[in-house]
Amino acid sequence: MKGWMQGNGPHNEIILSSRIRLARNIANIPFPTGLDTEKAMKVIEMVREGFLPVEKQIKFKDYMMQELLPVERQVLVERHLISPGLARNSAVGAAYINGDGTVSIMVNEEDHIRIQVILPGLQIKRSWEMASKIDDVLEKKLEYAYSENWGYLTSCPTNVGTGMRASVMVHLPALNITGNISKIFQAVAHIGITIRGLYGEGTESIGNIFQISNQITLGRAEEEIIDSLTAVTRQIIDKEKEARKVLLGSSRMQIEDRIWRSWGIMKNARVMSSQECMKLLSDIRLGVDSGIIENIPVQLLNEIMIDTQTASIQKLSGRELSSGERDIIRAEMIRSKLEN
Amino acid sequence: MLCDECAKRPATVHITKVENGKKTDMHLCEQCAMQKNLLSISTSFSVNDLLAGLLNAGGATVKKSDMVNDVKCGVCGLTYSKFKETGRFGCGSCYSVFGERLNPLFKKVHGNTSHTGKIPNRAGGRIKVLREIEKLKQQLEDAVRNEEYEKAAAIRDRIKEINRTGKEEM
Repeated sequence: MKGWMQGNGPHNEIILSSRIRLARNIANIPFPTGLDTEKAMKVIEMVREGFLPVEKQIKFKDYMMQELLPVERQVLVERHLISPGLARNSAVGAAYINGDGTVSIMVNEEDHIRIQVILPGLQIKRSWEMASKIDDVLEKKLEYAYSENWGYLTSCPTNVGTGMRASVMVHLPALNITGNISKIFQAVAHIGITIRGLYGEGTESIGNIFQISNQITLGRAEEEIIDSLTAVTRQIIDKEKEARKVLLGSSRMQIEDRIWRSWGIMKNARVMSSQECMKLLSDIRLGVDSGIIENIPVQLLNEIMIDTQTASIQKLSGRELSSGERDIIRAEMIRSKLEN
Repeated sequence: MLCDECAKRPATVHITKVENGKKTDMHLCEQCAMQKNLLSISTSFSVNDLLAGLLNAGGATVKKSDMVNDVKCGVCGLTYSKFKETGRFGCGSCYSVFGERLNPLFKKVHGNTSHTGKIPNRAGGRIKVLREIEKLKQQLEDAVRNEEYEKAAAIRDRIKEINRTGKEEM
């Protein structure tokens, strides 16, 4: 399941991934929060049948939340394959995920259906096209809750209209170091775009990674939203590049020193918290992108970022671990990944 | 999912407790979580609170007219006053039942009150035709303004054509 983690998309030196999420509901059936188990199961069945025709092209694996251990659900969250909301709704949630993890269809999260497409680099439009195609197929079988006036009807009023959340995951170390990030946050807020931490709503930024997404879903067409998000992202890419240039121009030795120190710790540490790992990864990513560190593929950095998170480590180890144990195993994992 | 405690309100607070190596999951509504003192003030401030705040922004107290005019969705049973508390719809029909009183909320959240994006094929025949005509009329005006009369005539014919075939399809 490499998917977006391959790091082979356009502008991958700054944009880790692009994601589209479409919220859809079936007409005349209460939204998941008000459904009993029996009806919720019926919804799962309806959706499963709905996307059968897609399976000629895309093979899906079924994940019933109730059959998964909490740690297994969390692994899917850490890999961005399902939302934290679905992992929590363990009784009647289901997810259908394709082989490389670029497409997931979630059932009975906050809405009946959530279609997600996530691709490496800056590919918002391509993600939308893929998601929209799957949406078209589903819609042939299912009658959606839709109003001429308000578009796709969703459980939360913040999603009504297109039901679409488009987002990019970006790495902005230089803008953060040079103290320019808050200016950008303020500027984009004026045009209906928000910036948040790595795991979306209410999470903080770790390791200079941010999520930029559209806030408005009603009154703007999908293409408009995508065009403006893409334009904003391109500008942020330019600003980040500029900041990197300035930074390396004015204090190259200090930046190189910081990058190589982080590299040294990463390759040698025996105990590593996830927070420290994210911080070091950011420095190393900057080093790789600016050609200071050579021969390290972006995919490896993405793998370290995802595989060393709490649930993923426990899954790999096959047992529950205390945070102290995790920090030791994390350091081991990183050393062995960097050795090969 | 409904609250484990009161079994009335939707569970929006999810707590995993580990005691002596034994794990228990709790799913509670905010009121019950508050009562159990499981929420600090900072974490209880959710999107739903914000939305509920927006809905009630007209006045702090519940207006009498709202009580009288309270409506209930026939499909899921959600009342408008309940919606104002939770900020969540129960099903798609709630939208049409609550009707125009939702527009001020949408205006506040999105700055808009009508959808201009994708239309499902199933529902969309008529809307698509209307939108296409709207677009062509705009182009027609532009063409006339720019004195591009040949182009204008072509657009006018196209509108006529759509009007004719579109009506047949409806």
